[in-house]
Amino acid sequence: MAKFDLDDDGVVVIVGSGAGGGTLGNELAQKGVKVVVLEAGSRHETSDYINDEWASFAQLAWKDMRTTSGSWRVARDFPNLPAWVVKAVGGSTVHWAGASIRFQEHEFRARTTYGELSGAQLMDWPITLADIAPFYDRAELKMGVGGTHGIARLPGSNNFKVMEAGARKLGYKDITTGNMAINSEPRDGRTSCRQLGFCFQGCKMGAKWSTTYTEIPAGEETGNLEVRPDSMALRIEHDARGKATGVVYADAQGNHHRQRARVVCVAGNSIESPRLLLNSASSMFPDGMANSSGQVGRNYLRHLTASVYAVFEKPVRMYRGTTMAGLVKDESRFDPSRGFVGGYEMETLSLGLPFMAAFLDPGGWGRGFTSALDSYDHMAGMWIVGEDMPQASNRITLDQSAKDQYGLPVAHVHFDDHPNDAAMREHGYRQGSAIYDAVGATRVMHTTAYPSTHNLGTNRMSANARDGVVDRNGKAHDLPNLYVSDGSQFTTGAACNPTLTIVALAIRQAEHLAGRMARGEV
Amino acid sequence: MRDVDKRARATRRVFLRGAAAAAPVAAVGSAGLLAADAAWAQAAVNLKPGTMVALAKLARDIFPHDKVPDRFYVAAVRPYDGKAGPDAALRAMLEDGVAKLDTAATERFGVRGGYVALNWERDRLPLIEAITGTPFFQTLRSDLVVSFYNQPELWPRFGYEGSSFEHGGYLERGFNDIDWLPQA
Repeated sequence: MAKFDLDDDGVVVIVGSGAGGGTLGNELAQKGVKVVVLEAGSRHETSDYINDEWASFAQLAWKDMRTTSGSWRVARDFPNLPAWVVKAVGGSTVHWAGASIRFQEHEFRARTTYGELSGAQLMDWPITLADIAPFYDRAELKMGVGGTHGIARLPGSNNFKVMEAGARKLGYKDITTGNMAINSEPRDGRTSCRQLGFCFQGCKMGAKWSTTYTEIPAGEETGNLEVRPDSMALRIEHDARGKATGVVYADAQGNHHRQRARVVCVAGNSIESPRLLLNSASSMFPDGMANSSGQVGRNYLRHLTASVYAVFEKPVRMYRGTTMAGLVKDESRFDPSRGFVGGYEMETLSLGLPFMAAFLDPGGWGRGFTSALDSYDHMAGMWIVGEDMPQASNRITLDQSAKDQYGLPVAHVHFDDHPNDAAMREHGYRQGSAIYDAVGATRVMHTTAYPSTHNLGTNRMSANARDGVVDRNGKAHDLPNLYVSDGSQFTTGAACNPTLTIVALAIRQAEHLAGRMARGEV
Repeated sequence: MRDVDKRARATRRVFLRGAAAAAPVAAVGSAGLLAADAAWAQAAVNLKPGTMVALAKLARDIFPHDKVPDRFYVAAVRPYDGKAGPDAALRAMLEDGVAKLDTAATERFGVRGGYVALNWERDRLPLIEAITGTPFFQTLRSDLVVSFYNQPELWPRFGYEGSSFEHGGYLERGFNDIDWLPQA
């Protein structure tokens, strides 16, 4: 395995090892580019993962302090936990569910398709579906996405069968066990799914794609990639000409180091990435690095994130099997006659009893609450993933008073629903409930948003440097050698789970960046 | 469908061993755990025994599951005694919260023995509803949602089977064995 010197200024430094950073690191390493990946969290093997929700949360979750404001319920229910993401090598690919869905063509042209929407900062992406399609292909093959390229889908679980039966009764047509990056058969040196039911806790089978045990070891094998766990990036430095020169980070003991760099790529997820840029303010970049547009941290997206759980006369046992292998796509279309623009996916979802108690109705107590849990094994559940509207005021800023263990301002997350978000959520609740009612639900429950797992949009891609933070390749408009490589580059969020698109963008960015390096442009 | 046995399994919990060291386990049983003079509560070091019992009673009122025996509620609140040692603010909040509840019980119903002496849930609920905005209640509720429901021994009673990896997952243990759905 490679080990690079702190003063080696020929390396690409990537902050973060998840879907964006981990993939980019491997892709670059395969092309002979020297890469140092700084990962804030620790390194765990699949055998370390725990089939226990709270114990796993303690092992994997990003628990460093954050603060919140706004009218979203998360600010009240979980004021210091706005997002449920992972702090570990592999980032949130450790706990993601595996849903790998492509954007639809019109979702790259949200402004053109949806039109002017009051209060929404809609914008078209500077790239099209045609631009990214070849990289979607490569991502799907890399990840082994069922339902694509002849790869078999997963079998349907009890929870899926309930959703499927209800959806068919309602007349929905596009119903499958989804496009999951979980092996239905052994593939690519990894075994197949045994329906453990703990996708969110790290796949102990290694059947689910995660950069932890795919991209990162593959990159390490080239001898061009070094991962440094327990290395928290504190700030990016630059020279007098406005070129990024390196990253200062703290190791597990809190000692600071400066890794010099030829190129810096930020992939710390959509809360930490803008925070790092804002904490890298200097006399040359007084409002934060790469922030001449004032857009760093703005247009924070998190998808609709609503759930419907239903109780039935007879048992369902939704916890048995793959968490999210169930998909109804019909409502993901563009159809403003429903009273909103954008669309949503309905996906199976289950929680174990401990998390169900915590998230079914945060703050709930008494018999109305406990009678639902008494029927836990008779419950089916789904998640509604819909496109929320970018708003300038939905924003990551630096908290004015709270500091982290390194003495740096923590991220403050502000979020309010746009009226379009609220209208879509109501529609999703109605349709989700109707699906379960159609197969005899005795009780349906509308569950509020969990801490956000899909955090997007805070360093958005734009054609014009005035309107966003990065260009069509993820390169900062303001610096020649600074890139954003995670979901924070998303211009808009689309209706689908973001990981596949993050991976496709990372593969595409690696091509672009390796080309520039080979041509001596950077 | 493969069913889950919801009957009680283990019966000798750690807390019983610890709390009732001086008394035969059979004498503790599962009856009387929420009585004012419950033996387990006498072992409390940092909180008053009466406070421990009231907390356990409150735990049941906050998350009432009628088929779940008292010992699970006792187990959920027992850690407070340990935490209240080094944490004086927590100790004060818990003692004060229970004292106010006892006072309210006496004022409203004229009972002796405070909150735990009210043996009908209907009488206790208005007292709880009056304090839902307090840090005392909110701390208790948010702690209990973990400390109560995160007891693996409790899970089979809800039909939840917990960790599956060591059993080979659910691939051959009923992940798709639902048998009552109408044909699609």
